[in-house]
Amino acid sequence: MDDKIIEIKNVNKAYGDKPVVKNLSLTIKKGEFVTLLGPSGCGKTTTLRMIAGFEQPTSGVIYFNGEDITTLPPHKRNINTVFQKYALFPHLNVFGNIAFGLKLKTVPVGAPTVDKKGNTVQKMRHLTKSEITEKVNDALKMVDLEDYGHRAVNSLSGGQQQRVAIARALVNEPQVLLLDEPLGALDLKMRKDMQLELMQMHKSLGITFVYVTHDQEEALTMSDTIVVMKDGEIQQIGTPTTVYDEPANAFVADFIGESNILSGTMVKDCCVDISGHKFECVDKGFKYDEPIDVIIRPEDIRIVATTDKKCLVEADVLSCVFKGDHYQVTALTYGDERNELIIHDNVEVNVGDKIGLYIKPFDFHIMHKSRLINEIEGEIYEKNVVEFCDGRFECNTDLEEGTKVRVKVDFDDVELTDDEEDGTIGATIISAIYKGSYWQYIVRTDTYYDFFADNDYEWSIGDRIGIKIAPDKIIIEEVKDEQKA
Amino acid sequence: MNKKLRFRFHRRAFAYPYMIFLLLFVVVPLVIILINAFLNDDKQLTFQNFVEFFSDTGGGLTVLGNSLIIGLVTTLICLVIGYPCAYLLAKYHASNRVLVLLFILPMWVNFLIRTLSTKALFMAMDVKLGMGTVMFGMVYNYLPYMILPLHTTLVSIDHSYIEAAEDLGADKLTVFLKTVLPLSLSGIISGITMTFIPAISTFAISEILSSSKIFLFGDAINMHFSKTTNSFGVGSVMSLVMLVLVVISNVIVNLTSKDEEVASVL
Repeated sequence: MDDKIIEIKNVNKAYGDKPVVKNLSLTIKKGEFVTLLGPSGCGKTTTLRMIAGFEQPTSGVIYFNGEDITTLPPHKRNINTVFQKYALFPHLNVFGNIAFGLKLKTVPVGAPTVDKKGNTVQKMRHLTKSEITEKVNDALKMVDLEDYGHRAVNSLSGGQQQRVAIARALVNEPQVLLLDEPLGALDLKMRKDMQLELMQMHKSLGITFVYVTHDQEEALTMSDTIVVMKDGEIQQIGTPTTVYDEPANAFVADFIGESNILSGTMVKDCCVDISGHKFECVDKGFKYDEPIDVIIRPEDIRIVATTDKKCLVEADVLSCVFKGDHYQVTALTYGDERNELIIHDNVEVNVGDKIGLYIKPFDFHIMHKSRLINEIEGEIYEKNVVEFCDGRFECNTDLEEGTKVRVKVDFDDVELTDDEEDGTIGATIISAIYKGSYWQYIVRTDTYYDFFADNDYEWSIGDRIGIKIAPDKIIIEEVKDEQKA
Repeated sequence: MNKKLRFRFHRRAFAYPYMIFLLLFVVVPLVIILINAFLNDDKQLTFQNFVEFFSDTGGGLTVLGNSLIIGLVTTLICLVIGYPCAYLLAKYHASNRVLVLLFILPMWVNFLIRTLSTKALFMAMDVKLGMGTVMFGMVYNYLPYMILPLHTTLVSIDHSYIEAAEDLGADKLTVFLKTVLPLSLSGIISGITMTFIPAISTFAISEILSSSKIFLFGDAINMHFSKTTNSFGVGSVMSLVMLVLVVISNVIVNLTSKDEEVASVL
């Protein structure tokens, strides 16, 4: 039994020359609650709109029950959508809104007959008034709005409009329900209530839900499967527990829940070195001395006395804030490089205290670094000047003008300047992850190359900065023709 | 406290010139018309002017009937031509604002000059002046007034309504009939008002484009106030009838749509 309902295969979507979804492949099972999770602009809504049929992929195929629906218009798909801002028709009342789809629906009458030419003909008819009324009333009952049929949609509260939008979609008995950040406009309490109600509906109806949100908590609460996206690419697909406990990379770890992300190296199997301290962990199979990212959840760090046998590393308390069910402590560890850690524990400590920290081997999550060095294709512009990303950088090279080269720059050699004009080229910060003692930024140049840059200063995502690289930090390798081929 | 009061007084002062203007050139003439309607040639109080108009002795009522019919037909033709125009303009709005401008451009030329040149064109082409040419002139003149409010409304329709309708199983035609059309109703109503009211009160267009053969309500009022006829009383009554028609149209618009957008267009 094939239980796939939607299959997305190698789908790309670009607006003009700007890619929004990059080579996305995803399989959704019947009856699953799938959440597409990611920051704004990650392509999650575009993906949803392609499933609904409002957008067509630039390339790639979408299957629905095994049928290719890539170019099928939305009205022919047995899929309904709950829109972000509900999109309830203002010219119709609540009843009219819910009945909209039913009035267009046709159902088969009797058994199919064969006409003179031998074609099978199925007579279809519209639903009768009483059938529509019954279905609409059932839908209203389902969303607890029994007596609201005659009300104008504009007279309803946000939460009620939301319910009408859900009823309007579900009354058509779709096989898949798409929800585009449906709870975004509601206040916190209402959102929590609706989350539970949606989960109940999903359970009782047994249809497939595809949910789009940027709220990680919502995703963790509601979904069977979470698809974490960033920049049009899937970062990780997994159950809420997997995504939380075993994030695939630093981005996922940073996006889902709070986490401490540190740089380290694998000394050997089950042993990781962070700032000169060696810790026991459970990860194997990394290359020895491979630089890796280590993720530690704040709630996995225990505060112990410095004299305790368990104490793995000592730290100074920087702050301690009561958060209702725990204390949030920030502490600066001792070591070759001092790292700042966030700790959630239920002991109160004082600022300036020296504490010991204990972390179970199981709670060190080791991940490959997504990139070890920036590598860009470039060309020698003139003697000692190399051109890449539309900028000319001074460097030390004897290569001839016009030579194709590969340029390598270390993360901490990419200098970021506050003033865009001070840099050789301008760029936008698209990601910022704190790594205990420094920030790791991903900065996107105007030619769409993403530089990784380590820096002590704090910028926000979206800030424009300049990029400068010292001449002696640019590593240049000539690209040989045979390598190209 | 004191300071605040003085500031308020100053702000209000800016409105005075306009209020004086309104008083002198709108309120006073209206009052004069109202008084005139109840006076005969010897400046005595009378209802004779009303009797004369409503008993159709001078043919005023017939002219009004004709004007209403011509106004209605003009409005209908404008709507039939204007709606598809506005729809296409709205659809390609983002990419081309110049197109909208092209449709509005004729409004920048004085309507007398436009009408006279239309007449010259018809004469040059040997077209017989009559009802056909008058209708053409009317439609040509009032089409932008139909397109503009329609365009404004159509552009402001949120695209998500269209997507929602498609999502619920509507094909292109159904989407149009069940969402776009009802959602643009306010634009249709204000377009009709903006075309119909000036169309029934228009003068000169019919006179010029029919060589004075076709006589409309606006022309009739114009005639009553001219030196040769000098029947201010009946002319005033006709002006009042016109005013009542305008008020009724506006009331209908306000009743049918409480949309602020429409109000701002009007």
